[in-house]
Amino acid sequence: MKRVALIGMPNTGKSTLFNRLTGSSARVGNWPGITVDLMTAKILVGAHMAEIVDLPGIYDLHGYSDDESVVRTFLQGTPVDLVLLIVNAVQIERQMALVLQMRALGLPAMLLLNMADEARKLGITIDADKLAAHLAMPVALISAKYGEGQPAALKKIGQQLDIGKAPGTAKLDVLLENAQIERESVAVMAAAVHVPARLPEHLTDKLDRVVLHHWFGLPLFFASMLLLFEAVFWLGTPLQSAMTWIFDQAKTLVVAPAVSMLPQIVQGFVLDGLWSGLSTVAAFVPLIVLFFLFMALVEDSGYLSRAAFLTDALMSRLGLDGRSFVMILMGFGCNVPAIMGTRVMRSRPHRLLSMLVIPLSLCSARLQVFLFLIAAMFSPQRAPWVLFGLYLMSFATAILTALIFKKRYVSNEPFVIELPPYRLPTLMQIWLRGWMEVRHFLHRATKMIIIGVVCVWILTHVPFNATPAGPDTLAGTLGSVLSPLLAPIGIDTKLTVALMFGFIAKEIVIGAFAVIYGMEGASLSAHMATQMDWVQAMSFMLFTLIYTPCVSTIAAIKAESKSAAFTLLSVAWPLALAWGVSFVFYQSARLFLAH
Amino acid sequence: MNSARSYPRLSELALGQHALVKAVHSAESLAHRLVALGFRTGKPLHVIRRGKLSGPLQVRLGTTDVILRRSEAAQIEVQLTPASGHGGKPA
Repeated sequence: MKRVALIGMPNTGKSTLFNRLTGSSARVGNWPGITVDLMTAKILVGAHMAEIVDLPGIYDLHGYSDDESVVRTFLQGTPVDLVLLIVNAVQIERQMALVLQMRALGLPAMLLLNMADEARKLGITIDADKLAAHLAMPVALISAKYGEGQPAALKKIGQQLDIGKAPGTAKLDVLLENAQIERESVAVMAAAVHVPARLPEHLTDKLDRVVLHHWFGLPLFFASMLLLFEAVFWLGTPLQSAMTWIFDQAKTLVVAPAVSMLPQIVQGFVLDGLWSGLSTVAAFVPLIVLFFLFMALVEDSGYLSRAAFLTDALMSRLGLDGRSFVMILMGFGCNVPAIMGTRVMRSRPHRLLSMLVIPLSLCSARLQVFLFLIAAMFSPQRAPWVLFGLYLMSFATAILTALIFKKRYVSNEPFVIELPPYRLPTLMQIWLRGWMEVRHFLHRATKMIIIGVVCVWILTHVPFNATPAGPDTLAGTLGSVLSPLLAPIGIDTKLTVALMFGFIAKEIVIGAFAVIYGMEGASLSAHMATQMDWVQAMSFMLFTLIYTPCVSTIAAIKAESKSAAFTLLSVAWPLALAWGVSFVFYQSARLFLAH
Repeated sequence: MNSARSYPRLSELALGQHALVKAVHSAESLAHRLVALGFRTGKPLHVIRRGKLSGPLQVRLGTTDVILRRSEAAQIEVQLTPASGHGGKPA
């Protein structure tokens, strides 16, 4: 087995090439000392099985960013048979320095000049043979997006693997002087590359005059985000219902009969514990696919960098950047894909801070709970204002969280990024992204979600002779134990049990009311109106808005942060904040109303 | 050095004004990134766009467009050149 590493700067189409080479066979690999996900895949190259590793994009081999140290750690610790250097042919002049740095490491290397089609359009000519002679490594011109030049490049890669030099690790102490690199770079460029002095005006410039317009840019950004958001949930909600319906049907038609001879309690465990856990996972699949189909469009088209430009003035004051803003907005639909989407941010502190903020976005599941409670407790005239207030609260807690934690999660990543030209992503690129993300989610989150759902089932059903979710179950007992803590914010034992259900998924809270109060629909609404006043209801909604991310979100946070301590913080902080907010609201409302 | 201040900073450059990179006065971590993105001594550049509310700048260097915050642009010293045929869009 040969090992081939892909190395290149960001925006060189490195991952596109990786996806094209490997199809959908890629998976997340584990490497010594490396905490970020590296995609790997095994493919046949010529006569060799080769393991291709997609390393993160880097600007400088000796740079200080998280990604740059990942690449160094990898090259030092893992022997490679061939390094494939991917360079954006349009920017060959600037990217040559990285090629020369890599060559100095003494690893077997080959240069792939990607986006050869774009370079040709701009009138940039590259003599691959002369370049190969000067660099003493094979060179191939390709277009990873359209597959142009790929067979020839693969053949050359195969030939390199045939030579069979002993695989090596990098000796990173060989550090070339900048001046030396500059001199060599100029010599190589002069010999093999011609860039016209005046480039033709790009379509990108014309589009940017509208998209990044001084006044229209920001409204246009919000409008397009709203559109995107609507599209994801307009398409996603029916698919989600369909998925739930399929799982319900399977439950009544297949699973329930299959376990019918087992004792009652085991049946309950399988159907309402395990099976409902599985169906919780499944309900997210359509949303995640759709979300990432659209995200791929936003990202690969180059719009995400524009969004960063437009919103940076606001976001930099919160210790975040424009890319987190897009994810926080998406969080208002569903927190889970938004958390996964933070991967576009390359600095870990930025990602962690964003992951702490996103769960405070009022997601569509919480919206269902609020719509139910508001309709039950408030007059139609007041209802819209209550909902509006909850949205405001969601923004306020997000901003507060960012301000409090921005000192803790200081990014070492400078906000200096490339603005790529607009590109139309291919359907394959978009589809692969959606597919990969779902696989990633299923692989990483399924176990934790099922465990969470099963735990709640146990809490509400043990001991088995008690009424499910009643006062004698573990949940009821826990509710009584917690009552000194929750009574000051107006939440009684029954509501506490409902909150425990909300941990599975916030929308389950309504279903939990039905179980706990033993009634449904209009009679449930009417009964709840007699059980609490509006101050209690408001306090309960504030608490539900903030208290803790649902188990799927927590699973996503755990999978993305790979840190148990951070995951714990992401549960504990909102819990504390929720209590604080509800306490202040409940007590001051009681005080004012008493007078 | 006193003479260092006699050159303007990238952050002070007017829209469309052409200049050459004179020196990068950033901490090493940032300097690496800036150099890799094309801020090398003697390279021509010009400012395409300035973000609202002290937002970032969009700077064009050869075939690369870079966005960076003004605080970072203030660490790059430039030398003004008369508008010439370097770089992207026609004046």
